Amino acid sequence: MSHQSVRTRTAVQAVRDSSLRLEKRGVDVAGELFRAVLLLCIVLGVLMLATLLAYVTWRGWPRLDLNLFTQMPSSIDLTTAGFLPAIVGTIWIMLGVLVTVVPLGVSAALYLEEYADTERWWNRAIEVFIQNLAAVPSIVFGILGLAFIVRAPLALGPVAFAGSLTLTMLVLPTVIIASREAIRAVPSTLRQASMALGASKWQTVWRQVIPGAVPGILTGTILSMSRAIGETAPLLLVGATTFVQFLPEGPLEGRYTAIPVQIFQWVVRPQEEFRVLAAAGCLVLVVLLLLMNSVAIWLRARFSRES
Amino acid sequence: MFKFPKRAAALAGAAGLMLPLAACSGGTETPGGEATEGGEELSGSVVIDGSSTVAPLTEVAAELFMAEHPGVQVSVAVSGTGGGFEKFCNQETDISEASRVISEEESAACEAAGVSYAELGVANDGLAVAVNPENDWAECLTVDEVSSMWRPDEPVTNWADVRDGFPDEEITLYGPGTDSGTFGYFTEAINGEEGAITPDYNDIGEDDNAAVQGVAGDAGATGYIPLSFVNEAGDTIRAVEIENEAGECVAPSEETVMDGSYNPLGRQLYIYPSDAGLEKPEVVAFVEFYIENQAEIAQTAGFIPLNPEQEQVATDALAELTM
Repeated sequence: MSHQSVRTRTAVQAVRDSSLRLEKRGVDVAGELFRAVLLLCIVLGVLMLATLLAYVTWRGWPRLDLNLFTQMPSSIDLTTAGFLPAIVGTIWIMLGVLVTVVPLGVSAALYLEEYADTERWWNRAIEVFIQNLAAVPSIVFGILGLAFIVRAPLALGPVAFAGSLTLTMLVLPTVIIASREAIRAVPSTLRQASMALGASKWQTVWRQVIPGAVPGILTGTILSMSRAIGETAPLLLVGATTFVQFLPEGPLEGRYTAIPVQIFQWVVRPQEEFRVLAAAGCLVLVVLLLLMNSVAIWLRARFSRES
Repeated sequence: MFKFPKRAAALAGAAGLMLPLAACSGGTETPGGEATEGGEELSGSVVIDGSSTVAPLTEVAAELFMAEHPGVQVSVAVSGTGGGFEKFCNQETDISEASRVISEEESAACEAAGVSYAELGVANDGLAVAVNPENDWAECLTVDEVSSMWRPDEPVTNWADVRDGFPDEEITLYGPGTDSGTFGYFTEAINGEEGAITPDYNDIGEDDNAAVQGVAGDAGATGYIPLSFVNEAGDTIRAVEIENEAGECVAPSEETVMDGSYNPLGRQLYIYPSDAGLEKPEVVAFVEFYIENQAEIAQTAGFIPLNPEQEQVATDALAELTM
C-alpha cells in the first residue's frame, strides 16, 4: 500500500514539474521532438510492411487467381499450379502448434508466476533456460525434432504433427514470456481479495488470474503463431516435402508440405513462372496469417471488454 | 463479478479438449504410409528425398507418373544430397536423389545400416561461368584462370591479372552458399578441393537468380551459375567457353554437356533406389518410368538428357535390378 502511494506521489510530482515547465517556455520542444521520433518509427515499420506487400502483389499479380487456393502444385503446367496441399498442410501444422503451445506455455507461466519459489536455485535456472531457449536458431529445433520426434523415442515419422511439435518447441518461450507478463499484470489486490473471501489458491488462479490474463496470453499466442507459420528450415529437416500432389490424411498420417516450404522451393527456380507463383504464394500466406490472427484478436477484444 | 465462473468454465472446457488430444497424438505411432498392394492397379507411396538440384527433375517425373498411376502417392523433399543420404541410410526413404555420386562415408553408413542400393543416372547438368555482356575480353578461360579468381589463397582481384592483355577492371564474384551442391561441385572441379574458395565473394545463398542479377548489373562481374538459369536469363549474361582436358575451348550447351566435351563443369545427376524400396511394385514402376522417359522429363524440367551411352548404362542397371 505504502509502495503504491509513493508511486502516486512521484507521478503527481512529475506532472506538476512538467506543467510548470510548459507554462514557463510555452512550447515543449523535447516533447514534440520525442513524439516525432516515435511517429517516424511507426511509419518506418508500416512502410516496410507496405513495401513488402506491394512488391509481392506486383510480382505475383499475373497469378492472383482462385487456382492458387484450389489446385495442386505442378512442375509441368505452371499456369494453373496452386498451393492446395501446402495450405492444408499449414493449417494442420498450425492447429497442432495451437493445441500444444498454449496449454504448455500458459501452464509453465502459471507455475513460474504463481507457484515457483524464486529463492530456489532450480526455479531461477529454469527462467534462465527459457530466456536462452528464445535465442536458439530455428534450424537447431529442426535437428532436435528430427532426432527425437520424427525418429525414436516419439517416432512419429515425417507427418504434419511432428512439424507442429518442432515449431511448438521453437515458439514456446514466446508464449511463456508473454503469459508471465500478462499474469504479473493481474493486480495483486485481486488475488488478495479472492483469498480474503476464502477462495483457495487453485480457485484464485483459475477464476481470477487466468481470466484476467487472457488478453495478454492471446497477444503472446498471436506473436508465436505468426512466427511459426513462416518457418521453413526446421520443417525441411523434419520431413516437409517440397512436392506432393495429394493432401495429408491428417496430422498423424501422410506426407505433407507447408506454404513457406513451397515458396522456398519455387522462388529459386530458373523459370520466371515459378517465381511469380512464389510471390503469389507469399500473399496466400499473408491471407492465412491474417485470418488466423483476426480470430485471436476478436477473442482478445471479447475478453478485454468483459474484464 | 458473476461472469467470471462462466468464462473460466469455457476456458476449462477448451483446455480439457486440447489436452487429451495432444496426449493422444503424442502417443500414437505412425510410420509413413505403407499400404502396398500387389494388384493390377498400383497404389502405395514412393518417398523421395535428396538434392535440391535434382528435385525439379524428379517432380516432373513424379507428376507424369502419377498421371498414369493415380493410386500412387509420390512425394519429393529436399534435404540436400548429403541430408538425403542420411535419411536414406536410416531407411526413411525409398529413393535418394544426388547431384554427385555417393561418397565413401555415406556408402559405409548405408552398409552399416544394412541398406543396399542401386545407382542410376537420370540426367545431365552443366555449370556455366557467366560474365556481363559488356565483357568482350573473356571469350575462353582455362580452368587455371577461373581458379585464379576463386582460389582460397591470394585470389586475383583484377581482370588484368587473370591473363595478359585483359583490361584493368575490378572483378566482382557471385556464387552460391556453402550448403549448395553446386558450391561443392564447382570448388572441387575448379579449385581441386571441395569447399576450398576465396572468402571474398558475394554469397547469394541458394538463389541462383541473384547471381544472374549480380552478374547482369556489373561489367567486371563473374559467377558460376547452373546452365538452366543461364538459358532462362537470355541476353542479360553470357556464358564463357571453358578449355577442356583436351585443350579445346567449349561453350556450355545441351550438346557439349551431353557428349562430355564440356568438362570439367558438366556433371551427371543420379537417383539411388534402395533394395527395400524396390520390393514395392510402385517404386519399381516409378524407377522404370523415370529411366524410360528420361529424355522427355529432362527437357520438361530444363535439364539435359542422358546421352545414348549413359542411357544404356542406366537401362542395363535397371534391367538387372528388376530381374
